[in-house]
Amino acid sequence: MSAPTKTIEVTRVRGGVGENAARPDGIPKVTGEFAYSSDLWAEGMLWGATVRSPHPRARIVSIDIAKALALPGVWAVLTHDDVPGNKTYGLEIPDQPVLAWDQTRYQGEPVVLIAADHPETATRAADLVDIFYEELDPITDPEVAMDPGTDVLHPEAKNPHNLIRHVRIRSGDPDASADVVVSGEYTIGMQDQAFLGPESGLAVPDGEGGVDLYVATQWLHVDLDQLAGALGLTEDRVRITLAGVGGAFGAREDLSMQIHCCMLALHTNRPVKMMYSREESFFGHVHRHPARMYYEHGATRDGDLVYVKARIILDGGAYASSSTAVISNATCFAVGPYEVPNATLDGYVVYTDNPPCGAMRGFGSVQACFGHESQMDKLADALGMDPLELRIRNAMTTGSKLPTGQIVQGPAPVKELLESVRDMPHPDPTPSGPLDLTLLPGGVSNTTHGEGVRRGVGYGVGFKNIAYSEGFDDYSTARVKLWSAGGEPIVEVHTAAAEVGQGVTTIQMQIARTELGVEQVVVLPADTQVRSAGSTSASRQTWMTGGAVRKACEAIRVRVLTDALVGLDGDPGDLSLEGGKVISSSLGVVADLADAIGDAAYEETYEYHHKKTFPLDPETGQGDAHVAFAFSAHRATCDVDTELGLVKVVELATAQDVGKAINPQAVEGQIEGGTAQGLGLAVMEEIQVKDGKVMNPSFTDYLIPTILDMPPMQIDVMELGDPDSEYGVKGVGEPPTISSTPAILAALRNASEKPLTHIPVRPDHFLWSGERPGELGP
Amino acid sequence: MDFFRPVSLAEALELKAAHPECTPIAGGTDLMVELNFDKKRPETIIDLTACSELQEWSRDNGTVRVGAGVPYSRIIAELATDLPGLAIASRTVGSPQIRNRGTLGGNLGTASPAGDGIPPLVAVGASVELASTSGTRSMPVTEFITGVKENALRGEELITAINVPGSRGPQQFSKIGTRNAMVIAVATFSVALDLEARSVGTALGSCSPRPLRASDAEAFIADEIDWDGRTPLPESAAARFGELVADAARPIDDVRGTAAYRKHALKIMAKRTLTWTWEEART
Ligand SMILES: Cc1cc2nc3c(=O)[nH]c(=O)nc-3n(C[C@H](O)[C@H](O)[C@H](O)COP(=O)(O)OP(=O)(O)OC[C@H]3O[C@@H](n4cnc5c(N)ncnc54)[C@H](O)[C@@H]3O)c2cc1C
Repeated sequence: MSAPTKTIEVTRVRGGVGENAARPDGIPKVTGEFAYSSDLWAEGMLWGATVRSPHPRARIVSIDIAKALALPGVWAVLTHDDVPGNKTYGLEIPDQPVLAWDQTRYQGEPVVLIAADHPETATRAADLVDIFYEELDPITDPEVAMDPGTDVLHPEAKNPHNLIRHVRIRSGDPDASADVVVSGEYTIGMQDQAFLGPESGLAVPDGEGGVDLYVATQWLHVDLDQLAGALGLTEDRVRITLAGVGGAFGAREDLSMQIHCCMLALHTNRPVKMMYSREESFFGHVHRHPARMYYEHGATRDGDLVYVKARIILDGGAYASSSTAVISNATCFAVGPYEVPNATLDGYVVYTDNPPCGAMRGFGSVQACFGHESQMDKLADALGMDPLELRIRNAMTTGSKLPTGQIVQGPAPVKELLESVRDMPHPDPTPSGPLDLTLLPGGVSNTTHGEGVRRGVGYGVGFKNIAYSEGFDDYSTARVKLWSAGGEPIVEVHTAAAEVGQGVTTIQMQIARTELGVEQVVVLPADTQVRSAGSTSASRQTWMTGGAVRKACEAIRVRVLTDALVGLDGDPGDLSLEGGKVISSSLGVVADLADAIGDAAYEETYEYHHKKTFPLDPETGQGDAHVAFAFSAHRATCDVDTELGLVKVVELATAQDVGKAINPQAVEGQIEGGTAQGLGLAVMEEIQVKDGKVMNPSFTDYLIPTILDMPPMQIDVMELGDPDSEYGVKGVGEPPTISSTPAILAALRNASEKPLTHIPVRPDHFLWSGERPGELGP
Repeated sequence: MDFFRPVSLAEALELKAAHPECTPIAGGTDLMVELNFDKKRPETIIDLTACSELQEWSRDNGTVRVGAGVPYSRIIAELATDLPGLAIASRTVGSPQIRNRGTLGGNLGTASPAGDGIPPLVAVGASVELASTSGTRSMPVTEFITGVKENALRGEELITAINVPGSRGPQQFSKIGTRNAMVIAVATFSVALDLEARSVGTALGSCSPRPLRASDAEAFIADEIDWDGRTPLPESAAARFGELVADAARPIDDVRGTAAYRKHALKIMAKRTLTWTWEEART
């Protein structure tokens, strides 16, 4: 190593932490060149298809596959008999059959698999499978399901009466009384994640009994665990690589076609591709839990919350999925981000014969937030108080105690968020210029030129936990390598973090650039050749995988700097890496990083763990169950055609504490997208289930917002910095979905003066004279 | 599957005569959905998009002859003055992509109760032109559509054009959907004033198996309107008109809405659109 050179200008690397670094998948996605999992292809591959039960609840009397097997071009027809390992799987409770054998518990449950040389042949073979069902009356009402007299759908379950989990939280005085009491009953329909890239993947047998699976998923290692178990293989013989993911939102946490595709590939010893259609996708993944919530709020005449009682019932559907964690959130956050001295909270999640429900963006907090925010408005009304003032008065802060007894430690700027959205400029009143239908309820459908239109403004604030809770250690692993080639330093980052569109690949690049002062960073495809990164869910990847990458980079930096010091006077703390140079604070540039590295290659692996959490006490619900909390608030301005019940969301304003915006543009993208999903739940998105059957499994009748439904937004991104995370980051993805829905509902109530206790709101809800269906109004 | 792409109407009709069972495809925005959902498996498809005769429109003696293959985007751009009701309805169809591909012929071919192109045709008494190698016949749209997704087309025939009387007064169209764009109609209403004949034409969409006129409402309001003095319409008359329109409907409950809501919505839409047309006529 040469002696110190003269000082030269060091330019910081571009695309580091805090910048709007370009995403590597951005241009390919916009130009249509990005390879999604549905684009996978292998020489000589077969196509898989799934035969599903048409009945919500039935006994399987017989399965005859002979005719299907005899069809030319068919390579395999498999049933439960062919499952090599565990016959059931599941995220929390292994209660879901890989293929149903004695009975089916929801419409669309997989029963038989087919592999054929053409997708059309596979479809025809599916029609030739003869399954004889004996139909049973489906159990479709979760409250009926809990009745002692009702049939038990899972006799092996640990709880009686179809109960998946009951979360019981008691704090303060259960008999507390208050001056002013309001109660309400609220219901939520079943929302779909509606990702645009349906379930798909490609399984390639390795010829030695093992298999490689390329698949769009959210957590490679939890897939691996369940997949290896069902295939009866050790984990080293099953390798999973993330394929291009077209959105996830929770719907890819559970397995869909993973086991099926691998079974077919191993059976035929050929690569097999599976790809669901949009319709099949509605049956191929879990949905957001529908909810029924009974609330009672008590407050002093001055507006201080005295107590909250809530009974929340979530419909878990046929299998447990992540229901136990969803009900935990719904119950833990049932009172919202407020200080409430006394709380009596009961959350139940129940098996029924409806479609299985599980993870979706907001995960339990969405349901609770609609409940507590509706109640806060109702309470404000009863008190004759401004709804915003009531919220600010009771707002939680750092140091507040949750009903679970946990003290909130990071920033909890509930008041500041509400004040921020309150103080943003309001949108213009309906413009008086030439008629522009796109600005009116009904849009270009030309239903009003202003008649019956009333404007309303409403607020919502919500919060949820970041990362997994209740003692779960969802660590993340990063392997980082630094070497130099052609005089240029190069960093390679390898994690199993699933990029589902949210931008975790870019985040990893940005962190490595900043930490090592190297512009050229390559993020390897996520796969199971490196240890788990945990799930891309619970708004946790920037915190957890971002944290792991930073720590691994730091370890490398220390080694590089220590090596660079050899022969120099100084201490490693004096040196830093910037702009591809090794810099000493006293001596200036001491070396080109590439020279300092020389022929060496530095590699470090770091396993990042969040702080320890604890289970909730089963009797009292007390416990430090959560790592950290993220907060957001929305203000909605809506126009309602009060005669037709049609809605135009005019504007959404939001404020959110993201801790630190590693990539401000990505943060805004998450906030806008999450808000749009919340808007969808507020005014249109509902899987309609009747007697256990899905009535609208298509984008013709399951409506999601278009660009004409989603209004412009004002966004205030606060960066208050969490003391427990790297860079102070918090999760960003979920909060916008939580507080947007109740804000819109508040605005709709404000405009229409109707109770609107069900979401999504449908046009006729504005016309009911009471809270429930009946005669339509004027 | 066989696929034909004739380059003239004559050739298309020859093919249709030779293969009466074959399925025509125009924009494909209905047919491809049916194929995708495996609801139809045609043995033979005949693509009409290269038959230039079907992509033309012309004026003849107060009537506009709209080729079956004219897409919505052209109806909006080229026929908004001649056929304002149809143009307003066309604007409500799908998205820009769908409006570029989708045709009026296809809308009639599908004959869905929710076809948005149909009510504006019914309200003005338009007729459908059907052709085969043995000749051409014509029938009112109301007769052409015989039931839910059923029409009077014979195997050897194609829809060649729709003859629509040019507007003789203001026209309106209004559609309820639960999203502000790209939505299947929950209920629609069309109204057309004929200032020369002093009559009012109406049609209801998505509210009955076949397209429907509200004859009682038409007769009632034709009497109420002050055609000579052009005085404002009393609100009570407009409201009564709305009720009579709602009475004519035969709606059902389905995933898109309830029968009760559909009737209610018709009442409001009829009242509003009538008021808009009459205000336009007066001023
Ligand atoms: C996303 C989307 C949104 C939509 N939104 C709407 C909407 O808002 N309102 C609405 O009304 N519709 C809507 N549709 C349905 C569709 O676009 C319309 O019905 C359209 O008019 C169909 O025209 P096409 O040319 O695409 O028909 P095609 O799909 O080509 O054909 C439809 C049927 O008509 C037959 N056919 C077509 N042309 C002829 C002919 N010349 N002679 C005989 N038979 C013929 C075909 O055989 C077929 O049975 C939508 C469709 C989609 C996919």
